[in-house]
Amino acid sequence: MFIVKYRKIFFTISIITIALSFFAMATKGFNAGIDFKGGSIIEVSYDKRPDVETLTKALEKAGFEGARVQMAGESDVMVKTRALSEVERQNLSSTLAIKGLQMEEKQFSSIGPTIGKELRSKAWYAIILVILGIVLFIAYAFRHVSEPISSWKYGMITTATLLHDIIVPAGVFVWLGKEVDVLFIVALLSIMGVSVHDTIVVFDRIRENLRLKVSNDFATTVGTSLRQTFTRSINTSLTVMIVLATLFFFGPASTKDFSLILWIGIAVGTYSSVFIASPLLVVLEKRQSR
Amino acid sequence: MWKTRIGAILLLIIGAGIGYFIYASEPKLHEGKTVSGQAFAEKFPFKLGLDLSGGVQLVYQADVTSVKPGEVKNAMDSLRDVIERRVNAFGVSEPIVQIQEKGGITGPVEERLLVELPGVTDVKKAVDMIGQTPKLEFMTERSKAELDAYNKALEKLQADQTAGKPLNIPAVVLAGPYKPTELNGRFLERAVLEFDQTTREPIVSIVFNKQGSDLFAELTKANVGKTIAIYLDRELGNPEPISAPVVREAILGGKAQITGKFTALEAKTLVGRLNSGALPVDKLDLLSTQTISAPLGAQALMAGVWAGVWGLVIVAGFLVLWYRLPGLVSVFALAIYVVIMLALFKFLGVTLTAAGIAGFILSMGMAVDANILIFERTKEELRKGHGVHEALREGFARAWTSIRDSNISSIITAIILFWFGTSLIKGFALTFGLGVIVSMFTAISISRTLLFALPFNGHGVVVRTLFGSGFFRLK
Repeated sequence: MFIVKYRKIFFTISIITIALSFFAMATKGFNAGIDFKGGSIIEVSYDKRPDVETLTKALEKAGFEGARVQMAGESDVMVKTRALSEVERQNLSSTLAIKGLQMEEKQFSSIGPTIGKELRSKAWYAIILVILGIVLFIAYAFRHVSEPISSWKYGMITTATLLHDIIVPAGVFVWLGKEVDVLFIVALLSIMGVSVHDTIVVFDRIRENLRLKVSNDFATTVGTSLRQTFTRSINTSLTVMIVLATLFFFGPASTKDFSLILWIGIAVGTYSSVFIASPLLVVLEKRQSR
Repeated sequence: MWKTRIGAILLLIIGAGIGYFIYASEPKLHEGKTVSGQAFAEKFPFKLGLDLSGGVQLVYQADVTSVKPGEVKNAMDSLRDVIERRVNAFGVSEPIVQIQEKGGITGPVEERLLVELPGVTDVKKAVDMIGQTPKLEFMTERSKAELDAYNKALEKLQADQTAGKPLNIPAVVLAGPYKPTELNGRFLERAVLEFDQTTREPIVSIVFNKQGSDLFAELTKANVGKTIAIYLDRELGNPEPISAPVVREAILGGKAQITGKFTALEAKTLVGRLNSGALPVDKLDLLSTQTISAPLGAQALMAGVWAGVWGLVIVAGFLVLWYRLPGLVSVFALAIYVVIMLALFKFLGVTLTAAGIAGFILSMGMAVDANILIFERTKEELRKGHGVHEALREGFARAWTSIRDSNISSIITAIILFWFGTSLIKGFALTFGLGVIVSMFTAISISRTLLFALPFNGHGVVVRTLFGSGFFRLK
């Protein structure tokens, strides 16, 4: 199978994309949403939208220094600022109600710094727990497979691909300057769930082919298994990507970024389970037999 | 063979039945017309989260530093009860008032109160009302003449109401049958739940402070044989007293007992309400606010529904074009999957949010995965020269381990997400996790029954074309 044969090319591609992702994270930094750092966001809509400068000035005058004004849609304006109390919210709302214009408040949310901090630490716990849960499960599910490489190595490789699958979309997101919020973390966790689906299907086929002894050569066995599961991997990812695309194009505004990152993640995840995970098995086997 | 066919027909009928149930339960789907079974079905509406229905969500932090550790739960329960009564008085449909205990693993335990008011957009009014100190009032019966006037006015009002005349509520009725006194919650030291030594019946005993004892003594002296009504948050729209015990005799020591036919739970609630004359916790801090206007919510809901419909149509198109006959069968399985999920949302009362709909749509894509695995496997077996049934049997058997293992890992993820849960994420985790479990069932058992019921076997040209895929016919 060409994938196993030219594995170095695919490894290189992945190493470069991961390096680029880290580079993006290091230089641009995460643009944390208000649910992670605390703050408020208000969305209002006008009959005739004032320009950014008018609004920024009005906001500064009312004591909302550093408020960020953003245009959204055709008639909407979003303002982001620090976490506000109820009195401050009313003040903000009346500041935005500029004389002579009709204004309607569409949504507001304010999240205190305590909740932000708590969510941040919970996000890390969740990511670590998901990885741990999946590794343990795979080591368990493949426990009868010990020849030629032991079951926990399947788990280890799955972890490596999982990390690959969340680092790359996270990098793309940072590079696009998108906001990192709770839904972003949910998307990363879901990517892990779906990506491991793919990896397991390929590994399961390897497990079966090892039992059937299709070949004495491990690399050939892996290659055969990849060929057998190839169409399935592509087609499944295709259907998931189709539904995510409809979610992106037709779905609610609040889940647009979410479907985008899932879309990227699933594309990357399929790539890694076919082009990275199984060739890595071959590498481990080769190293072991040396 | 015939058994499988009858089974397949039954499955399709059940699927259509569930579909009809969902149709009947959403009046918007059959605008204007009444359909049979509507009355029953409408008892199970979809529950929409705030981001889809519009409304206010408030998260409070309760300061419980001065509450004894063992009594925190009771204090929070009474707090919830007090706030819930107020929220109900606000006239909101299906408000949510929930205690959330945060931390433990990730930090010190914190007591939170989550209040969700669907359809409310006046945050100021909501915040003001919730933040107020509860007000407990003791009121005595009005004089005979006043009571007569009250009853008369009330009767007239009721007569007017039945006659359908315009209602004009007179001041006497508004004032109610009780008159205010000086005694209120500030003079109450505590209320406790006790049990009668002999009858084992629950008793609520209340203890007043020094000043309160004097006031209470005066009130009871003047009202022997009459009732004293105790109101909580009367001015916030709770017109019924929480209790109206009859005074048997003048009570001088500042200690009184309320006895009556209540259950231990009712008595406990009453104790909580009496004690909430001051907020049962030190302080309520507003941690986060979220409001979403109703039109914005409706827009998000429609967008989510359309995304789901388009996703379903395109995936169905792909399946039929690529996998032909088995693809068509899996479209039926997918349709049954969708109606089962929607019915489950209704019966389990799953709160649907934008993230929840996203989880459901994603699970639709994943639901197809099991079928694709089976079809690819079946094709391999067909290539080996097996007949359709033999190939299907092998295909299902061999794809099963992959399906099982990969879905278990998704379920692990869903469980952890649910634990991670803010309400936003819980919605996603629940629909996604439920979807994975249900899809395992539909993809395997429903597709299987339908496929085996098909009148094809052998290995002829027709079979090879129908069971082929993509641009190829099986050799």
